[in-house]
Amino acid sequence: MLQHDVVIVGSGLAGMSAALEICGQLDVAIISKVYPTRSHSGAAQGGIAASLGNSEPDSQEEHMYDTVKGSDFLGDQDAIEMFTRDAPEIIYQLEHMGCVFSRTGEGKIAQRAFGGHSHPRACYAADRTGHAILHVLYEQVMKQGKRISIYPEWYLMSLIIRDNVCRGIVIYDIRSGNFEVIRAKGVIFATGGYGRAYRITSNAFANTGDGIIAAFNAGVPLEDMEFVQFHPTGLFGQGILVSEAARGEGGYLINGKGERFMEKYAPAKMELAPRDIVSRSEQREIDEGRGIDGKDYIYLDLRHLGKEKIMERLPQVRQLGIDFIGMDCITDPLPIQPTAHYSMGGIPTDKDGHVIIDDKGTQLTGFFAAGECACVSVHGANRLGTNSLLDAVVFGKRTGIAALKFAKGPRLSDMKEDEVLAPVKERISAVFSSPGTESINDIRDELKENMMSNCGVFREKEGLNKGLEKVKELRERYKNGKITDKSKLFNNELIEVLELGHMLEFSEIIFKGAIAREESRGAHSRTDFPKRDDRNWLKHTLAYLTEDGIELKYKPVTITKYQPEERKY
Amino acid sequence: MIFSIQRFNPEKDTSPYFQDYEFEIPKSATLLDCMNLIKWTQDGTLTHRMSCRSAICGSCAVKVNGHTLLACKTQASKVIKDGKVKIEPMGNMEIIKDLVVDFGQFWEKIERIKPWLVPDESEKPEKERYQSIDDFRKIDAGSTCIMCASCYSDCCSLDVDKGFLGPTSLAKAQRFIHDSRDRERLSRTGEISDKGGIWDCTHCGECSERCPTEAKPLERITSLRRTAIALGITNNIGARHVKAFVDSIAHSGRLNENILPIRSMGLFNISGLMSLIPIGIRMMMRRKNPPIIHKPIDEAEDVRRIFRKLRKG
Repeated sequence: MLQHDVVIVGSGLAGMSAALEICGQLDVAIISKVYPTRSHSGAAQGGIAASLGNSEPDSQEEHMYDTVKGSDFLGDQDAIEMFTRDAPEIIYQLEHMGCVFSRTGEGKIAQRAFGGHSHPRACYAADRTGHAILHVLYEQVMKQGKRISIYPEWYLMSLIIRDNVCRGIVIYDIRSGNFEVIRAKGVIFATGGYGRAYRITSNAFANTGDGIIAAFNAGVPLEDMEFVQFHPTGLFGQGILVSEAARGEGGYLINGKGERFMEKYAPAKMELAPRDIVSRSEQREIDEGRGIDGKDYIYLDLRHLGKEKIMERLPQVRQLGIDFIGMDCITDPLPIQPTAHYSMGGIPTDKDGHVIIDDKGTQLTGFFAAGECACVSVHGANRLGTNSLLDAVVFGKRTGIAALKFAKGPRLSDMKEDEVLAPVKERISAVFSSPGTESINDIRDELKENMMSNCGVFREKEGLNKGLEKVKELRERYKNGKITDKSKLFNNELIEVLELGHMLEFSEIIFKGAIAREESRGAHSRTDFPKRDDRNWLKHTLAYLTEDGIELKYKPVTITKYQPEERKY
Repeated sequence: MIFSIQRFNPEKDTSPYFQDYEFEIPKSATLLDCMNLIKWTQDGTLTHRMSCRSAICGSCAVKVNGHTLLACKTQASKVIKDGKVKIEPMGNMEIIKDLVVDFGQFWEKIERIKPWLVPDESEKPEKERYQSIDDFRKIDAGSTCIMCASCYSDCCSLDVDKGFLGPTSLAKAQRFIHDSRDRERLSRTGEISDKGGIWDCTHCGECSERCPTEAKPLERITSLRRTAIALGITNNIGARHVKAFVDSIAHSGRLNENILPIRSMGLFNISGLMSLIPIGIRMMMRRKNPPIIHKPIDEAEDVRRIFRKLRKG
């Protein structure tokens, strides 16, 4: 059995930010299913928000209001206030660490416009902002040397909670096939989002919700899981991300009739309305036959920006178009479609990353979460672009500080290794001893198609119910899934089987939450309940695992400064 | 189409072997799409790394028809030759299983160049440190590296000298050495001018050829060499070699191969000079030695004029 004072699962922006607060004072470890620089934070392109006011006057209050409004008033305003207040300081810290940022003529950090933000607020490094921050944080981790232990390519198997106290985790070494138990005073999950269950997605193969499901199965509720953001500009075919920066820099969205159709849906903000609204507008155009040649995509047209601006500000976007669909955005419009992108829901936490298990603010001792896997909630029903990198760094840091403070106190609790290993080993042997009559690939494909068609940009009762039944059927078939690789060494077929299990589990929770929520708010859009219903639904969903399956409860939204109002752009 | 993929599971195999998979490439599929479909529909034991599938995480580099590239950003149809494509694990690294290699040494070499900014701590501004657009451009390309190791895999110098830092580390070093915010330019440049550093690159260009980003290591290495000379860090074989090379051409329009190794080693480097003797003898025995008397080319005066003009400008 291994031990650390604090163990962090996930090596993206949130996980590394937390580790950097703890190292040198307590023994801290980072566990990651990939090597740290492979984490999906690196795929974020357009920017990180902060009201620096480097290109025009801006304020924390406006950043807060934009975020509240963007969240369709489901965001908790105390958390949003703190989040937007911490933002400038965090950007300066990253810059002092050596983060590469594009610059203004004066040499300040450059800022560009982004959807739903009332001023140019996105600090950026060309269109590789996540990559720049991920690498600068990893540089700082390397600088700490042995003060941060890293377990690269280790996979989280379970979270150990006894008597409402978190005791540690069980992990699996992908390279050797061995299990280890890590005892810890504090455990931080920074395991990312759950968009991989959708056929069209911008997410990495790694984004399979392993952390949230480990927490859920250990008795932790999950909050607002029905809110899955669709990004308006996924490259047609697979949904590979084309940064919102493309529209921030002035790109147009064009339908099959050659119209800038956003005129109809958000006349003031046009292409720079928040993502939920733009994705819905695109989907409506496509559904009503106004896609390009009547097909299921529309155009993102950047040609009028000119070669120079594209090469300077959007080099990666251009390269992605060339590599993945053979189109150069300097000369051709890019075919795009909405793509599953960001998970607003996740493990409920307070402003310092403490995991909260009910509507009364009860903490789960020693368990923390930060970044996309957490639900604070600063994004509510719809996240604004560039607020996710900020979320990961701000809450990663705050959670690191809170976990450090906490873990200085208690002693490591005793644990029987065999007892916590037994259920994990049982699970693995069940996978290996399955009758093998079902193809894992078929089940995964059917799940992804089911999520797209029944729980996508638009939802309605009949489809949701059908979709839920389908997930239940797939969960049964999954028990008979076939695995061919029986070796211990680097068995990533086994990992894929486990990941699919997690995707099936959280998909059921998404459906349950979506069926219950009879309103349209942010990314959750019900065609049978097209209006937001503040009287009945201005509340967060909490999904619990009970003996009878998933049970839904609710908790109120924290409203401080801004009363809900109609959301217009 | 035939996908001929190198397999190796040390649990049961004594050495790597090729396995052929017959597979029809779906329309506009990437190489990674194909490898995944082969794994998911034909052989679940086939093992490779991947994550973002949008060319930013750096997980999926493999050798394709002998050259390393990112499987996710490569159209499969473009690498098929005569109905076949050969896929192998990256080079210069140990194989763990199939196409998965051990990055241990790769990361050790990254850590060796002190890969973090060392700013001037005496003045810590309240806000950001200012950096001009021109200064940003000096580090922009180098900082786009995704650590995929494509350059490392195909590096010829590494192939013969495991002590070489390698293109990735040197490109990473450039990103700090040319960062207007870093205070250790001189010591950093000194360290990478030693053995295993910038002068051990043979500038074959494979690294920049394979690089899937704008990092292009050879360009970074070249700019570091210029910096080293400009900073006067010339007391090493590499810098002396460059100087002797240039002097020889400037003088006679042709390389004096008798003098070059001696001047590269350094006139007072006795043990270094001694080490040249057996090489010289072997060359003579095989009649590979250059003429004893070095003759300038006929147009040597033209070359000298070019040099004079260059040095003035």
